[in-house]
Amino acid sequence: MTDDPAPPSPSFEARLRAARDRQGLDPAGATDAAANDATAGLSPWGIGARVGVEMVSALVVALAIGWGLDWWLGTRPIFLAIFVLLGGAAGVLNVWRLFAPRDGGPGGMG
Amino acid sequence: MASGSNIDALGQFTLHRSLGALGASVNFTNANTMMLVAGALILGTLYVGMRPKAMVPGRLQALAELSYEGVLGMCTDTIGHEGRKFFPFIFTLFGFVLLGNLLGVFPLFFTYTSHIAVTLALALFVVLLTTYVGLRMHGLHFFSYFVPQGVPKALLPLLVPIEVLSYISRLISLSVRLFANMMAGHVMLEVFGSFVVMLGGAGLLGLFPAGLSFAVNVALIGFEVLVAVLQAYVFAVLTCIYLHDAVHLH
Repeated sequence: MTDDPAPPSPSFEARLRAARDRQGLDPAGATDAAANDATAGLSPWGIGARVGVEMVSALVVALAIGWGLDWWLGTRPIFLAIFVLLGGAAGVLNVWRLFAPRDGGPGGMG
Repeated sequence: MASGSNIDALGQFTLHRSLGALGASVNFTNANTMMLVAGALILGTLYVGMRPKAMVPGRLQALAELSYEGVLGMCTDTIGHEGRKFFPFIFTLFGFVLLGNLLGVFPLFFTYTSHIAVTLALALFVVLLTTYVGLRMHGLHFFSYFVPQGVPKALLPLLVPIEVLSYISRLISLSVRLFANMMAGHVMLEVFGSFVVMLGGAGLLGLFPAGLSFAVNVALIGFEVLVAVLQAYVFAVLTCIYLHDAVHLH
């Protein structure tokens, strides 16, 4: 791939979408909702498993960091307690990211 | 394999040395063999599939083109036009995970994605790469990713650690999701397979439940194929989303 004279032609999907838009076949915004996030196409069980993994993983990381800091500094329960709380909050944040509208929604903070 | 009357559901995940004496000297396991098989299959499919260069593609060429266009579409839709740069990486990752999951559905084949060591290594690579991409593109400004906008300054000492934890937890969630899905599916297959053998050997009364377990296993195999493709897709899409965050910093 040293020289690439022609600009890459848009994919078939893109051209089809443009054609459908010209004809007014798709209501505006219908495509945005479909390609929203990684939960699209998952069953309720799949979504539940994803939410569980997101929450638990944040807690696991926080526990590991808190325990490690305590072990290093010899302040047994302090950092563990702090990081468990932070980890729970981070887990909720992960779940929020999962379901929040991506890209400039008014409530989006990430 | 069911040995005697108890079900050994986890024995299928044991690693063995393979490739004889040469393999033993470098600790080359059955997981490594399957990785090589997966890589060879991907390269072979793409090479053989694209050789005809036909205007109207045949089956293999259609497969190669569909996977190429699908992953390219995923990259450009999720990351933006910078996504083309990451296409080789995403395609390799997707192909490796997909083949690992799919090959595991076949009997006697080892599922290397059912080991946390493999998925954690992949996730570690993804997280390190996204961090590197963010630092490379934005310099130290990358760390503003951990500072949410529009919140009072007084809350920042609380919110920044939460953001950092959320960022690091990607490592665990990405790897555990794939590993748990593959492992749970294979344990279920093993358990119901053992039911078939044990109940089938228990005389006339056991034949009906054995048939039922067999039917469940047939359905589970189909479900496993679905999970295999879905989890590979999810892994690739999440990598794209993380790269998007690193490239656009929000």
